[in-house]
This record gives sequence, structure tokens and C-alpha cells, in this order.
Amino acid sequence: MEIGVLGLSVGMATAAGLVGCFAVMRKMTLASDAISHVALPGIAIALLSGVHPMLGGLATLLLGTLLIWAVESRTRMATETIIGVVFSAALAVGAMFTRGEDLIEALLGDAREPTAWELGLGLAGATGVVIFILGARHRLVITLVSTDLARTAGIHVARLSLLYLLAFSLTVALGLRYLGVLLMGSLIIIPAATSKHLARSLGSMLAVAVVVAVVSVLTGTSLARWLHRETGPLIIAVAAGIFFVGLLVRRRP
Amino acid sequence: MMPVAQPSHVGRTVLEVCGLTIRFGDVRVVDDLSFTVADGETLAIIGPSGAGKTVLFKALIGALPYEGTIRWAADAHVGYVPQKLDLERDLPITGADLLRAKQRVVRASREDTRRALELVNLEAEVVSKPIGTLSGGQFQRLLLAFAFLGRPRVLLFDEPTAGVDEPGEEMLYETIQRVKQKHSLALLLISHELSLVYRYATTVLCLGRGRAWLGPPTEVLTPQMLAELYGGPMKYHVHG
Repeated sequence: MEIGVLGLSVGMATAAGLVGCFAVMRKMTLASDAISHVALPGIAIALLSGVHPMLGGLATLLLGTLLIWAVESRTRMATETIIGVVFSAALAVGAMFTRGEDLIEALLGDAREPTAWELGLGLAGATGVVIFILGARHRLVITLVSTDLARTAGIHVARLSLLYLLAFSLTVALGLRYLGVLLMGSLIIIPAATSKHLARSLGSMLAVAVVVAVVSVLTGTSLARWLHRETGPLIIAVAAGIFFVGLLVRRRP
Repeated sequence: MMPVAQPSHVGRTVLEVCGLTIRFGDVRVVDDLSFTVADGETLAIIGPSGAGKTVLFKALIGALPYEGTIRWAADAHVGYVPQKLDLERDLPITGADLLRAKQRVVRASREDTRRALELVNLEAEVVSKPIGTLSGGQFQRLLLAFAFLGRPRVLLFDEPTAGVDEPGEEMLYETIQRVKQKHSLALLLISHELSLVYRYATTVLCLGRGRAWLGPPTEVLTPQMLAELYGGPMKYHVHG
């Protein structure tokens, strides 16, 4: 089981690092934090009806993703506003229906050992996300530089955007169990933001983000055991620490 | 300077536009526009700012909804150079990353990429820099190389020499012309440089004031026509 948990942590961190690179380069940093909040009402509904909370979270995440995609493919302007309103409301509604201890768990994660099912599904999800991002990275790069260039290169822009957003929500769902609704968005954004500051090419951007995410998860988990503290907050504290140290490194001009 | 005269219909039709109307709300930016473009032809699109030139391009590549028909030949791959891209300076994507991405997406070879770079005269050292740090001229040449990759049959250039100094501009136009003639490509070109339009275009499409004029440069680019189009007397060198 120990090796399985380690594998899942590394897989989840790798997926988060890779997905985060394109979130940061597409300037959807704020959006991605907000997207993770939409899992909360799903978790609440699942808890009330006795379904596995992660399934509930995943379901509302996918719904939220489709909503964003629909808005984004119609107008570019309103996306941030819609996300700000709808997703903060989702957090409020979710919090209303979740009781004290469950709410803390949903928001900050929970360090219990995963079941074999959770482990298997988690690993499969992480592998899927990693394969998708690596396979689609060329299309994603052209699209983020210019959607018009992407269209003339024969890229189906709307479909690619939907697939990316789905990979994003799936990654959020992967981390809900350990990091919770509030912190998973941070594991996606912070390593990628660190990497964007340090990297000068796409290859190094992806590599640095993955290394920072994996190191944060492994170091945070070890520290949590040693200090007898919650795992999630320590993982994010380590990631943020690396980010600030990274800021001290001067980029070459 | 002698205009490079070309027969107006050199080859097969690659693009047929019929009754094209593009609306923004109640405003018809392009109204009932029809034209065709054949292999080897250069169609220059001119007109004052806000006349709908870029909007027309966006509709042609399917980025904007429109009424009417736009019909491309089945094998008409498009090489596009957009007018202006707002890029962050610290975007960690190099010119090489961008070209490799296109190479993979259109299944071109490394040799194709090398040749495209050679055509636009970009050194490897420049291509290895993040695209946000390139000068205006370097970035335009990178976009040209990007457009040439993947064996396009049609080039769609929206002020391809914006931000390029004058000697560089001449050189870029000569490059475009060389590539175009070698492969008998069709070129749709938005430009404010009327002297270049006069020299290179086989057909000129003037958009402005809700109307459109179409014809060879000698007929369309007359002082009277330009005065009507731009609403005042016009010199041949227009910047902006």
C-alpha cells in the first residue's frame, strides 16, 4: 500500500505540474482557483446522499467545466466575471450544506489511507492527464500564442479547449482527497508559476513545474508525518517556499 | 518602379466568397461582398482603419460568424500572419518551440523547418530566444516562417511588415514574393503601404464606408478613388 500511495502522490503532482503550466501561460490563474471551489457543493450533495464524496466533487467539477467552456467559446470578456460569481456562489452553497468536520475535510483534505479503488482510479486519472498534456502540448502552445494561428494550422480550437478544461478538472478531482478544495488549485498553480519565472523554453517550463510539484508533495508529506500536522497545508507551504526562493533567482535577460 | 504585371487569373480558384456579410450587433462591417482568388494571384485589401479588413480575414479563417458563403479549395492550406499579437515578455516559449509545434501539427519535417527559417533569414540564435523578447522585425519573420511551414497554398497576411523598419520591409516583401512565385501561391494581403500594393498586387479590394471596390491596381488606385475611400487627398506612402 505504501508504494501505491507514493505512486499516487507522484502521479497527482506530475499531472498538477503539467496542467498548471498551460493554466499559468493562458492566464487563468484566478479562474483555476475558483474552479476547484465548485467541487464543494458536489461533495456536500454526495455526503448527504451517501455517495463517495469524490464522485460528487468530480461531477460538479465537470459541470462547472462545461459551463466555463460554453461561456468562453461564446465571449472572451465575461469569463472571469462569470467564474468569479458562479464559483464563489458554489462555495457558499456547498458550505451551507456541509457540516463542521466534513466541511474542514472537504476544504483542506484528509490524510487517511486511500482504499484500493481510490488508488486505482487516482493512478488511472493521473496517467490520463499526463498523457493528454504531453500529447497535446504542441497544439496547446500554438493555441495559447494565437487562436487564429491555431485555426489555420488545422487545430480544432474549441475542442482542444474543452479537453484541456476537462483535464484540469480531473486533476483538481485527483487532489481533493489529500489537499481539499482550497489547496488543490494551489498545487496546480504554484509550481507552474515558479517554473514560469525560471524557465526560458517550453521543455524546461514543463520539467521544472513537475519537479517543483513532486518535491513539494513528497517533502510536505514527510514533514507532516514528522511534525504530526495536516498534510495538505504543509505541501502548499513547501510549494510556496520554493516559489519565493525561486523569485530570488535572477533570470538571464 | 515597374509594376510586376501578372495575368489576373493564373490558375484554379482557391477561394470563392459570395454575398459575405459580417455583423457586429446592428452594424454591417462587411456587407454583401463577393470575390474569388486563384492560384498565383495577389489580392491586396486596402481601406481606412475600421473598414473591416482584419474582420474579413477572421471570417475567412472561421474565427468569426458570418452570412453568405466562403468556399476554400479542398487542399487550400492557409499560412496566416496576424496583424499584432500581444505576448507577455516572460512567456517561456521560444521561436524554436513555436516552429516545432507547427512542424508536428502539420507533419512537416525538420528539413522543412530549416528551409522556412532560411527563407526568412532568421538565425538559430534568435530562434532559441523566448518569443516575447524578440524585436518586432524578428517576430514578424518568425511568423512568416511559421506561415510557410506545412506547404500552404494560400497566404493570408495582415500587415506582415508592421513594426519592421523600411529596409527590412523591402526584404520581407521580396521574400514573400519569391516564395509565392516559386510555389504559385495565392496571396491575400492587408497593407497600408500603397506603393507596395501597387507594385505587387494583381487585384485590389478597397473596403470603406460600407462599400467595396474591386479591380486591378491601375484602375482602383487612382487619386479620385483614394480620396473617396479615405475621405481626403491621399499620398502613396501611408503609414499607420
